[in-house]
Amino acid sequence: MLILIISLAIFFLMTKNNSNSPITPLDQAQLSRLSQAVSGLSKDQLIWASGFVAGVAAGANNQQQSQALTSTEQATLTILYGSQTGNAKHEATSFGEKLKTKGLAPKVISMSDYKPRKLKDETHLIIFVSTHGEGDAPDDAVELHEFVHSKKAPKLGNLKYAVVGLGDTSYEFFCQTAKDFDASLQKLGATSLAGRLDCDVDYADTISKWAEQMTASLVSDLTANAASNAETSAQNTSMPINTISNLYTKQNPLRANLGACLKITGRDSVKDIRHIEIMLEDSGLKYQVGDALGIYFKNDPEIVERILRVTQTKAEEEVSVKNEVMTLSQALTNKLELTLSYPGFVKAYQNASHDTALHELLVDKKALRKFLEERQIVDIIEQYPNVISAQTLVDALRPISPRLYSIASSQNEVEDEVHLTVAHVDYQAFGSRHQGGASGFLSTRLQEGEEVEIFIESNDNFRLPSDTNTPVIMIGPGTGIAPFRAFMQERDVTEATGKNWLFFGNPHFTQDFLYQVEWQAYLKSGLLNKISLAFSRDQAEKIYVQDKLLEQGEEVFEWLEQGAHLYICGDAMRMAKDVEQALLSIIQKYGNKDEKAAKQYLLEMRKAKRYQKDVY
Amino acid sequence: MADNKNLIVEGKLADNERMKAQSKHLRGTITTDLADDVTGGFTADNFQLIRFHGMYQQDDRDIRAERAKQKLEPLHNVMLRARLPGGVITPEQWLVIDKFAEEKTMYGSIRLTTRQTFQFHGVLKPNVKPMHQLLNSTGIDSIATAGDVNRNVLCTSNPVESELHKQAWNWAAKISEHLLPKTNAYAEIWLDGEKVESTQEQEPILGDNYLPRKFKTTVVIPPHNDVDVHANDLNFVAIAENDKLVGFNVLVGGGLAMTHGDMTTFPRKADNFGFVSLDKTLDVAAAVVSTQRDWGNRTNRKNAKTKYTLERVGVDTFKKEVEKRASMTFAESRPFKLTSRGDRFGWVKGIDGKHHLTLFIENGRILDFANKSLKKGCAEIAKVHQGDFRLTANQNLIVAGVPEDQKALIEAIATQHGLLEANTSKQRQDSMACVSLPTCPLAMAEAERYLPSAVDQLESILSKHGLAHESIIYRITGCPNGCGRAMLAEIGLVGKGPNKYNLHIGGNREGTRIPKMYKENIVDTEIMQIIDELIGRWSKERLQNEAFGDFVIRAGIVAPVVNSAEDFYA
Repeated sequence: MLILIISLAIFFLMTKNNSNSPITPLDQAQLSRLSQAVSGLSKDQLIWASGFVAGVAAGANNQQQSQALTSTEQATLTILYGSQTGNAKHEATSFGEKLKTKGLAPKVISMSDYKPRKLKDETHLIIFVSTHGEGDAPDDAVELHEFVHSKKAPKLGNLKYAVVGLGDTSYEFFCQTAKDFDASLQKLGATSLAGRLDCDVDYADTISKWAEQMTASLVSDLTANAASNAETSAQNTSMPINTISNLYTKQNPLRANLGACLKITGRDSVKDIRHIEIMLEDSGLKYQVGDALGIYFKNDPEIVERILRVTQTKAEEEVSVKNEVMTLSQALTNKLELTLSYPGFVKAYQNASHDTALHELLVDKKALRKFLEERQIVDIIEQYPNVISAQTLVDALRPISPRLYSIASSQNEVEDEVHLTVAHVDYQAFGSRHQGGASGFLSTRLQEGEEVEIFIESNDNFRLPSDTNTPVIMIGPGTGIAPFRAFMQERDVTEATGKNWLFFGNPHFTQDFLYQVEWQAYLKSGLLNKISLAFSRDQAEKIYVQDKLLEQGEEVFEWLEQGAHLYICGDAMRMAKDVEQALLSIIQKYGNKDEKAAKQYLLEMRKAKRYQKDVY
Repeated sequence: MADNKNLIVEGKLADNERMKAQSKHLRGTITTDLADDVTGGFTADNFQLIRFHGMYQQDDRDIRAERAKQKLEPLHNVMLRARLPGGVITPEQWLVIDKFAEEKTMYGSIRLTTRQTFQFHGVLKPNVKPMHQLLNSTGIDSIATAGDVNRNVLCTSNPVESELHKQAWNWAAKISEHLLPKTNAYAEIWLDGEKVESTQEQEPILGDNYLPRKFKTTVVIPPHNDVDVHANDLNFVAIAENDKLVGFNVLVGGGLAMTHGDMTTFPRKADNFGFVSLDKTLDVAAAVVSTQRDWGNRTNRKNAKTKYTLERVGVDTFKKEVEKRASMTFAESRPFKLTSRGDRFGWVKGIDGKHHLTLFIENGRILDFANKSLKKGCAEIAKVHQGDFRLTANQNLIVAGVPEDQKALIEAIATQHGLLEANTSKQRQDSMACVSLPTCPLAMAEAERYLPSAVDQLESILSKHGLAHESIIYRITGCPNGCGRAMLAEIGLVGKGPNKYNLHIGGNREGTRIPKMYKENIVDTEIMQIIDELIGRWSKERLQNEAFGDFVIRAGIVAPVVNSAEDFYA
């Protein structure tokens, strides 16, 4: 097909007035229109046009093909800048303007507004970056600078690039950041369009000479590219759509590597909340937004050590857990629940030890519940030390249960990663450090690059509306924000047009605004239409998401009437109840309904899957 | 008559000019930004516009990278610089600002500055409007203490000749008021004042697009030059006859800011236009401002200050225009002499019989430190003090107008809180630094946080060479904009990068000579090594009582800067 189109173009070029028409699929009128359309074009323009027509052909052949597939194959021209004082930004912008006058369509964008993983889709990239301090990257370049250095950086074999550094030779690390980018891109397989340009303070002349040459080379490269792109697109039509089903289950989890564990609350926050990235690589694991991720974790070896010491059992002793033989230390570390305590353990432990004090506790159910609420297994054993046998200890304990976390990413956005938002439970009690089972494991014991066992827990009761035009209201204070980050990524990638409104709350604006910069970017891009924030401790009176909901009641009801889906994620005990109460009073007030009718309204929403909760 | 056409720089206007023109007389969309609770910062133009209302958006730069990793925006906050003509503040006002600093700022400090006023550092957005309302309730505002306007007017802190100081201070206040923006924007935005259509407002002196660049004014009472006249665009040198103020010599076109690597920028001394009597003083002030307004370069902000306008059009042309606009002619300059810049520490008795106590405040930072509760001490003094406070251009504090019977009490409070440390050396008193890191967005190197140890090192070098009794005007500024006024020091350090400075030497003690660059881009250890060598030579080769800055010129170690447009970089 492509060859035909190109030869057609060449034919027009060479035999303009030849009446001996070749055999073509076009009738005389069509041929004459095409002939008219291309007459007067230069050779370069004709070559470009031939590519354009080929692209149209590929598209016509392939209406069903996913948008993502074709768009990734097209030539891109992106100009990124990392600027401390505005010089790099200025140069990037003027270069972009210059390219536009030559008919190219460059995208000029700050590195801070650029998603690093887009790099792999780029074909032509120009970087303008300054260096400050001791060879440091400017603030807006830090993230991308780290990314291209990191293990997460993709192969960039298709990328052609150029780097312009702005610096000052009186500094020791002259243009260091530019040098870093140059080296990293090269290492990732990208091809340099021209040697790096390192500019000193008075760079006006050098940069304008460079701009001339670079413009010429981009113009010739990109116009040639239009043709070859069409070829690639055409070839892609036959590619099968990837449909690997999920191979991993709770029983058969995937061993995946921890990619990152970042504290995302400020240094003065009372909370320690982690953003966790787990690398799926080519495992084929698939998930949908709204799903949860199951995490198996290992208990803290120090806790295991303390239990062994008190019970006077030996680490190497052989025990059997569900017919599987292993050492006691392995059982306690990998197989048995040590964080959550429960009456069954106290009972079994008392039976084995005949501890009289424990016996008294077991009788008073209310006291027992309170006792267990505050204690982990090791606290009980240390408070009531008894010598028991290894197998008795094992039998007294429950098997470890994996913890579920709402997934905070969309696979359409992050591809071979899965993200979580995890509150690291970490406090002092009874004279020692206490951590959550999975959160302590992920936050303090698992190193980046080490393995963790995971599986997907599908949740069809927490799904975005299938109609992408439907508005969405999301209420997710604290770590309840997680699935809504996934929702927004999904709606961003799928270019959903429905309105989006987020309610978020936490103690302090400066410390606890989870994923603040991402929400800011979504507001800026227009994806997120509204955000309502409740920072409970920033003023004398405490303000929560339900208060914000009531404050915005009229508009909330308008959205509901427009068919909005409403989602709640987070604390089940109080928040979800208070929010529901607020919703009921909004429906009563603005819907002019009595209490019963309001409840019915909400019930209908629930039946229509327009009111969904992921609470815990 | 001068032909305006040749006096105006044609070309594409700097972006700030668009910003000012579109600001609706400094309103912008600041109120929208105030209501935006998604960011602690201000957006685009408003980021610049709040400066005209006396505020800078800053962030804690120490933790900027850390917060980026936390997916949090920089810890945006606001620095407020009050308008305090001549640096006078009452004890009642002091107690109000003391409480606010304590409860509503991130750093809990009051910062006295070289602009003879105080700054709050680290005010979060929700506290910004309440802050202005609180200040307003006690008679303080922050109008035009930053931005392209005439900023806080300085006045020599000289409570001894109290009658003359009072007259001079009155003029500082009058000039400040006269040159203020006339827009109602400040009252509307911060004080919920009545809304006025910006199209119905006029800015007769500053103009609808305000000035091309910042503009600084002082009133100075010779022989003290604590305000550093050569750092300012416009200076009124008080001339008294029989202790009564009769007029001013007018000095125009000083300024210290420059840009690293850009040799078209340089520090410059002010030119003396001559004498003006009191009746024409406000007219002259307005004429200098309006001439600079019309002739200043609006195409290039690095070339926009009055000093460059003078260089470009010529001093005479500029002066004639001022005379024309003010309908006056400058008389011949009256004789005056500037001999010193430091403050006189400790108690002095004024001619009115009142006592004045000057407290040395290192770096101007009033805070409760572990070993000395300076902030608490000042507040305790304010509770009993019957006079007022004077903030000096050297970042110190004067408890002024103390009657005889209160002297002992105030001294006791000051001593108890470490405000009167007997061992504060002369060298420490002669040292100065700007705020710099971690709050100033322009800072390239440490200044305030570096100064205490930098002075320790200088003192040990002086001792080593047997000069412990001597001192040197020693200043560190975190960037070449030069708030620390290093370009009028005997030894001046200008920040270039983390622990990298340009070393300048050869200014004089009275502040009338600009120091020359001796070594570029060097680290602290190298700086001290060089200073050690130079002071070694000074100790051996100096003439009797010869100051360090004078010595390095006479010994030919550096050439003097005479006309900085020509010889600063030569």
